[in-house]
This record gives sequence, structure tokens and C-alpha cells, in this order.
Amino acid sequence: MIELRNLEKTYHTATRDVTAIKGINLTIENGDIFGIIGLSGAGKSTLVRCINFLEKPTSGSVIFNGTDVGTLDDAGLRAVRRKMSMIFQSFNLLAQRTALGNVLYPLEISGVKRSEALRKARELLSIVGLADRENSYPAQLSGGQKQRVAIARALATDPEVLLCDEATSALDPNTTRQVLDLLKRINTEMGVTIVIITHEMKVIEQICNKVAVLDNSTVVECGSVSDIFLAPRSHIARELILPQSEAVPAVTGRTCLRLVFDGNSSFEPVISNLTLECRTAVNILGANTKNIDGKAYGQIIIQLPDDEMAVRRVTDYLARIHISYTEESLHE
Amino acid sequence: MNSLLSAAFDGQMLSEYGSGLLTTLYLTLACALVSYLIGIPVGVLLSVTDKDGIRPNKLVNTVVGFLVNVLRSIPFVILLVVALPFTKLLVGTKVGDTAFLVPLILSAAPFVARMVESSLKEVDKGVIEAAHSMGSTDMQIILKVLLPEAKPSLLVGGAIAVTTILGYTPLATLVGGGGLGAIAVQYGLYRFNYPVMYIASILIIILVQILQELGLRLAKRSDKRISR
Repeated sequence: MIELRNLEKTYHTATRDVTAIKGINLTIENGDIFGIIGLSGAGKSTLVRCINFLEKPTSGSVIFNGTDVGTLDDAGLRAVRRKMSMIFQSFNLLAQRTALGNVLYPLEISGVKRSEALRKARELLSIVGLADRENSYPAQLSGGQKQRVAIARALATDPEVLLCDEATSALDPNTTRQVLDLLKRINTEMGVTIVIITHEMKVIEQICNKVAVLDNSTVVECGSVSDIFLAPRSHIARELILPQSEAVPAVTGRTCLRLVFDGNSSFEPVISNLTLECRTAVNILGANTKNIDGKAYGQIIIQLPDDEMAVRRVTDYLARIHISYTEESLHE
Repeated sequence: MNSLLSAAFDGQMLSEYGSGLLTTLYLTLACALVSYLIGIPVGVLLSVTDKDGIRPNKLVNTVVGFLVNVLRSIPFVILLVVALPFTKLLVGTKVGDTAFLVPLILSAAPFVARMVESSLKEVDKGVIEAAHSMGSTDMQIILKVLLPEAKPSLLVGGAIAVTTILGYTPLATLVGGGGLGAIAVQYGLYRFNYPVMYIASILIIILVQILQELGLRLAKRSDKRISR
């Protein structure tokens, strides 16, 4: 549905050129909830703006339903944008219009008849659960409510894709969950493909089926969420899943292992068995369990004693019971 | 002095204040109206073609900006004289209230254009980006996003513009125009009749306060960013 080919964006400033994204190749399929995750400055926001040409890519192409968006004229681009709606971290509602007025805006500019536009706008407001707030101005709404109005507004043109730029980053955890649930419902019930830009792993876990990990302007990893979670290859992906900063090293210089559990082994007392079996004490530096698509996935970072024989016993044991692990360096 | 004071309130003077008030209102509001008819499109053009605008155009921005600056930098009294031939051409006479309106507008319109420009630049860039993302044309962004979103700021600017224009109306006396300002100048400066001058001046002050307050109230009422 959306294909990004070798996308690159460089900003020219007076003193130097800054490359925000480079060599981006991604395919987003119909019906996906596609997450793009990265730390701030990784180029996420630029990437999503290149998809609907709010930022014109320096090179490379965006193919939407077989059309190269870069070759379109202004009118063609506007038509594509109506099929690729967008919501924002700061909501970007029209402050001088009511909730209803905001949802009416995209209908007005595409020339929908007033009565039909009103009917549709009210229907959308009730889908996002704000039917009773249609006369409220943005300043009278909470953050979560504002984002729902923005979602209703984005859906007004019957888009095929909804681009979400850090849509929940300004919201508290509870509201974030509600907004994400709403997005998931829009995906399953209305068949809208969703692209989510975020820096929070919990957003990816909660609703995405695919994820691309962005680091240093480029995609370092891409695949299904459970695959990336089970076997993160890049350092940045491991960081995002279980940040080392959360795991405070007791003594540096010793061997640390990151154990990854899939759905089954999550229920076994692996660490207890390990200490009994290997007759060695391990130090748990950090642990995390996530629910992805109804299965439990966990990661634990353990620190082993400063004893090569003990390290060997532990790694042998883990290999025997099929727990995947990677050696962690705490100095990175 | 006492006779002057009582004369300042006699029937003839009272009707002169009344017609002066009307003339001042006519000069001020007619000038503001025409200045906004010119200033809004020019202000929109300036903000849209700015390098951070929705359709940057350095050439247009520089040329229009230069013309606006030139008009704004000519002192009003000089503009009043320099514009005389143009005034004659436009309204057929060089004297009277309507003739005075021509230089007054020439002076106010560029000022209004800059005020409009700065109000439009205050509009949240994110909202404009959202409008782009919904497939808006430039004209739709100007008419349905920029101007409505800037409305409270435009109204505050309007109050400032109207009171500033009013401040220039006494100079109408130089080309034989009327108004409260002209009364104050003629009686105070030429005839040393201070009571009339003070009364006319106080009336001007009251008028300015009313117009200023009216504008600010309108602006406040139109601003939906403040939750009530």
C-alpha cells in the first residue's frame, strides 16, 4: 500500500547540511498497524512527514497505491493527502472552531454539502465518544478529548491511511491507552491502515503488528513486533525494549546476560532453576514482561559471578533449556 | 476668562462639538475601513510570501515590503503635502474632510498591513501543517485557517489602528477639514480660546477610550482560546 524507496531528506542550513533520514526502505501493507520507533532525533518526525510530502524528500520515492507521490501536481497531492490523514502530538486543532467545526473543516474544503457534512461530522464525533461535546472549543477539552477530535477530523475524508506523529506522547498513561484502543478499533472496524511514530515501546506493544526501529537517520531493524521483541538484533532495539539505564549495574566489568523469554518459558521459574542447577548466585539487574498479541514476552538482565567456570555452567544450562540470551556490555 | 468659559458651553458651541464629533468619527472610521480593505490583502500577501509562510516568494515579499516601508517612513505632515496632486486626481479637490482622507489612508494602510501581517504570523504553525495534511489549498488556508485563527489578534490590532488614526485627525485642519481635533487647534492655537480647546481635547480622549475598550472587548469575546 505504501512503499518507501531509498528515501532521504537533507536540510540545508547556512553552516552545514543535516541529514534527517537516509536510505529508508519500508513497505506498509494494507491493514497494518505499523510502528516506527526511535529515540528523539532519530528522524521519525521527518520520516512521517515525507510520507505525505509535508516535507519533500531530497531523494527517493513514496509509492502510494502504485502512484509515485513525488510525481503528482498540487491537486493530485491534495487528493492523496485526503486519503492519508494525519494526527499530531500537539493535536493542532483550530482554536477558534468548536469540536464540530474542526471535524467539519476537511468536509468543507472538499466541498461536501452542508447537511451531509453535519451528519458525517456528528457521526464521527460519536464514534470517538464525544457526541456530547460538539459545541466545546479545544480550550475546553482535555488532552485526550482533543486528540479524539483530531482523530474524528482525520477520519472525515474516509482515509485509507492514518499517520500518527507521536499522537500519545502528550497524554498520560491512562489516556494513552484509551486513544490507542480507539486507533485499534478504527483499524479493525473501519479497515484504516495506521502508521504510528513513537519513542515509547509500550505504544508499539499495545497495538502494532509490525515495527521499524529507527536509529541515526536510518532503519536498523524491521519486522513483526513479536520477532523484534524476541530477538532484537540492534543495540537500540534492546535499549528500547528494556533500557539499560533501568538496570543499574552493581559491579561493572562482570559478565551480564540478557535473557529473552517467549510465550511458554515465561511461566517457568527459570532463574530459580538456574541458581539451583548451576549452584551459582546471579544478580538480577532488570526485568520486564510484556503482553504482545496476548502472549507474554519477558526479558531479564542478569549479572554473573566473576568466575569463568560459573559463567560457562550458566550459559550451558540456558542453551540446554532453549532460552535465548545475548551478552550485554554495560559500558556502551 | 469667565465669559470664554460660558461661551464654550453655549448652544452654538455645543452643536459645533457635536458636528466635530461626527466628523472625527467619519474621518477615523472611513479611513480605518478603507485601510483594512487595502491592508488585509497586503498583510496576507506579506505573511504568505514570507520565508516561513505557506508560499514563500522572496521577490514579492521584498518588493511589497519595501513599498510598505517607504510609505510608512514618510512623516505624515509631509505625506499630506506630497500627496496633494494625487488627492486632487482622486477626489477632485485638495481641501476638506474627504480630501484629507486620501493621505490619511495612504499613511494608515501600510501600518495596518504590517499589523495584519504580524497577527497572521502568530497563528500556530502546527495548525497550518494540519490544514496542509488535510489537503487544503493555499486560498482555503488563508480564508479558513489564517484569518479566522488570527481574529482575536486582528481585532486587538484594529483597536490600536483606529485609535492611532484618530490621533492623526486633528491635522485635517491643515487642509480645511473639520472634526474635534480641528476645533481644538483652531480655537486653542489660533485664538487662544483654551476652554474650547480643553473641551474638544477631553472629548477626543473619551472617544479614544471608548473605541479602545470596544475593540478589546470584541477581541476578548471572539477569543475561544480562553476557556469559560
